[in-house]
Amino acid sequence: MSAITTGRGPGSSSVTEAARNRHFGSLYSRNVRAVVARGLMATKSSNWMVMLSGFFEPVLYLISMGVGLGAIVGSVQGPGGGEISYAAYIAPALLAVSAMNGAVYDSTWNVFFKMNFAKLYQGMLYTSLGPLDVAMGEIFLALLRGLMYATGFTAVMGLMGLITTPWAILMIPAAVLIAFGFASFGMGITSYMKTFQQMDWINFVMLPMFLFSATFYPLSVYPQYIQWLIQAMPLWHGVELLRQISVGVFTPATAVHIGYYLVMIALGVLLTTGRLRKLFLK
Amino acid sequence: MTKKVELAKKAELTESTQAAGATAAPALRAHSPEVSAAKARKWGAFYYAEQVLRVMKGYGWTIVMYGVGQPVAYLFAMGVGLATLVDTNSTAAFGGVSYLVFIAPALLISAAVMTAANEFTFPVMDGFKWRRVYYGPHASPLTPEQIALGQIIAVTVRLLLQSAIYFGVVALFGASPSPWGWASILVATLAGLSFGLPLMAYAASIKEDKGQFAMVMRFIVMPLFLFSGTFFPLDTLPLAVRWIGWTSPIWHGTELGRVLSYGYEEPPLLTIAHLVFLLALCVVGWILTKRQFVKRMGG
Amino acid sequence: MAAHQSRPSSAGSPSAAGAPQYVITAENLTKRYGDVAAVDGISFSVPAGEAFGLLGPNGAGKSTTMKMIGGVSERTSGNLSIMGLDPDQNGPEVRAHLGVVPQQDNLDEELKVRDNLLVYGRYFGLPMSYLKPKADELLEFAQLTDKAKSKVDALSGGMKRRLTIARSLINEPRILLLDEPTTGLDPQARHILWDRLFRLKEQGVTLILTTHYMDEAEQLCDRLIVVDKGRIMAEGSPASLIREYSTREVLELRFGSERNATVGAELEGIGDRLETLPDRVLIYAHDGEAALEEVSARGLRPVTSLVRRSSLEDVFLRLTGRSLVD
Ligand SMILES: Nc1ncnc2c1ncn2[C@@H]1O[C@H](COP(=O)(O)OP(=O)(O)O)[C@@H](O)[C@H]1O
Ligand SMILES: [Mg+2]
Repeated sequence: MSAITTGRGPGSSSVTEAARNRHFGSLYSRNVRAVVARGLMATKSSNWMVMLSGFFEPVLYLISMGVGLGAIVGSVQGPGGGEISYAAYIAPALLAVSAMNGAVYDSTWNVFFKMNFAKLYQGMLYTSLGPLDVAMGEIFLALLRGLMYATGFTAVMGLMGLITTPWAILMIPAAVLIAFGFASFGMGITSYMKTFQQMDWINFVMLPMFLFSATFYPLSVYPQYIQWLIQAMPLWHGVELLRQISVGVFTPATAVHIGYYLVMIALGVLLTTGRLRKLFLK
Repeated sequence: MTKKVELAKKAELTESTQAAGATAAPALRAHSPEVSAAKARKWGAFYYAEQVLRVMKGYGWTIVMYGVGQPVAYLFAMGVGLATLVDTNSTAAFGGVSYLVFIAPALLISAAVMTAANEFTFPVMDGFKWRRVYYGPHASPLTPEQIALGQIIAVTVRLLLQSAIYFGVVALFGASPSPWGWASILVATLAGLSFGLPLMAYAASIKEDKGQFAMVMRFIVMPLFLFSGTFFPLDTLPLAVRWIGWTSPIWHGTELGRVLSYGYEEPPLLTIAHLVFLLALCVVGWILTKRQFVKRMGG
Repeated sequence: MAAHQSRPSSAGSPSAAGAPQYVITAENLTKRYGDVAAVDGISFSVPAGEAFGLLGPNGAGKSTTMKMIGGVSERTSGNLSIMGLDPDQNGPEVRAHLGVVPQQDNLDEELKVRDNLLVYGRYFGLPMSYLKPKADELLEFAQLTDKAKSKVDALSGGMKRRLTIARSLINEPRILLLDEPTTGLDPQARHILWDRLFRLKEQGVTLILTTHYMDEAEQLCDRLIVVDKGRIMAEGSPASLIREYSTREVLELRFGSERNATVGAELEGIGDRLETLPDRVLIYAHDGEAALEEVSARGLRPVTSLVRRSSLEDVFLRLTGRSLVD
């Protein structure tokens, strides 16, 4: 039978000793890498088809609404006043929606489940990891996934002939920006949630945002005060930002959209770090 | 109130047992095994349905909120918002009715099918694998068929309720001109079951959770929702994808719903074909489900 | 909230004098959940290398104490120092010294058995060159070598527990926290586990152990505290606690559920002390056999009778009037 070496034994103890004497913060151990590595390993050994399948949802919407409904709608006015096909009109919006959905799912339901049911974080937090390592690792993984989906979707747009300017490639980093905005907030909000019923509230907010944020038709159909309301919502800025990039038309509003997300990320990160103890240390 | 009733029952029982000559016997007695078995044979499915409905009541508030919120959001966004694009560009594409009237039955049917897709997957997995909730009643006089049927009855109740709420909202939008519109509540429930029952048989056959349901939602439910003539007439699509609609309970249900809610004109034979298609799927789904349940619970 | 020292004191290093080196010190440690005081002002110190137990029934506050030591639950008040550090201020640093076996296994179900060990080691910032051979060594230790590539899902309860313990050793901790390590295991699995824990103790690892099994506490602990409702009822080695709060032997008598309650008066005067429980009567005496003879001499005929050594169960009963396992 093997005896195992402990901290006092000979052999590898210098390695464990070194690991113990790294510099630590009170909520952070500068080891986000380990959380990311775990996430990648879990994806690899689970059904990666499931992960891949997430990419198809916006593509199906694009084909159905863009091709099917597009045949009836014809062309619409794009940013900058030019006429574009209905498919080209909704494609960037669908990308923004998909960035939002993915980021929100990963930072809310996923975190809630791993916290309360899989008890995954309990295990992690009994190591020298701090809650900030875990939060940053999870957000990084969500963004990595968002990056993959956005790249795939942009490629599909290219194949469908919906890309007319090299600027469109910038939709990929912009989609990641949108995802970051939602993910940083989502995790902070999850810290307030205690039951599944409360988690359902998230969907109550997401569905109208998806349907009303000028995704499928221009904002001008609404009366003025509803327009203002929607313009205050984050998704609308994401939709508009990607729509502008997709045709390479930039206005001062572009800066507002980007600024909106930068502020959202800053506030979201602030909220999430402020709530880390509530989220992870009960 | 109920406590009083309980006490009264107890008192009654005590009297009757004493009358039967028992001395200082405990007040409560279960009925005999023979009575239990007979009752279970007759009403077993309903007993289990009651349990499932009680569990559903735990999230009943969510069900109602979705039931009302979802139609309102979709009808506003699509039927009013998107309609401004659609109706101005092409008036004849929807057989002379407004876009709102055109999509209302489709949304109603789709909502029922999506609810069925949820209710016949995760809870079934929960029953056999996650929390194994089916094995509790299985140790009682209930049979596997009755457990399956009980689950189906409970979901049917939910589908009826949800569709009724949905239809109420549609009616308030003035999107169901025909006096027969209410019957689309039944069609929606039927469409939900015709999609849900075969899915239930599949769910009952899954031994290991590898995220199959996520795949079902993304590769089956979503395409069916998007390519079933929901947002535009099916013939607008190229033939390469039009067949999806023909195989889809959502399309068959939606066409029936359109006939009922605004007198959409199609050959009567086609109408009958829709109905037969939906019913046939239900029957096949039920037979497969029953077989799976019996097999899985060691019948 | 108590905010104090932030760098390690001398606690971890060899001492100059012969005074005991405490690796854990708790003073007036308290945790409230709303109105409930889960831990209500407990104090104790644990020297390096000791096997220290928290014995108490469900809800006594054992797990809550363990979570505070591990820095995953913030205390409401009082002081706590692990290796000279405050876990609320220096969570990652404190946990770098610990190995933790929580009450409920929280293995990573998405990873295979061996990967669980590797990934967990990464959380401590350990290099793969160290982790790979270490993981194999620990799998051997936990008798799970042939399960290395299995899914966690496929393991039995006992195997999962052993894997959790193996996982807690990946960073060669000097302090091991074990929260009810054998609850829910069958007797054979328990004995395997005890054997593994003994070996760790021999190697000088400090063990902090909670249990509501008195036999486990007696087998494994050098010293223990008896806790109930968040407070410490007694403290000492198992033998000294039994000596202090109980007699050498106990006579257990069963008279049937109706008689147990009423027979007390007729047993008056036999042994040192009498406890009447719903299902049996306990007579505490130095000599159990002699007490049993006296019972017979009084013409009493119990349905069953048993003479045994006093245990921590009796200590708990004496202290609280309740039994440990209900
Ligand atoms: N997260 C929590 N929220 C509220 N009460 C809790 C929580 N955790 C534990 N408690 C309560 O604190 C008391 C002590 O629990 P615990 O430490 O788990 O006891 P033990 O481990 O000794 O069985 C119990 O009354 C329990 O209900
Ligand atoms: Mg406990």
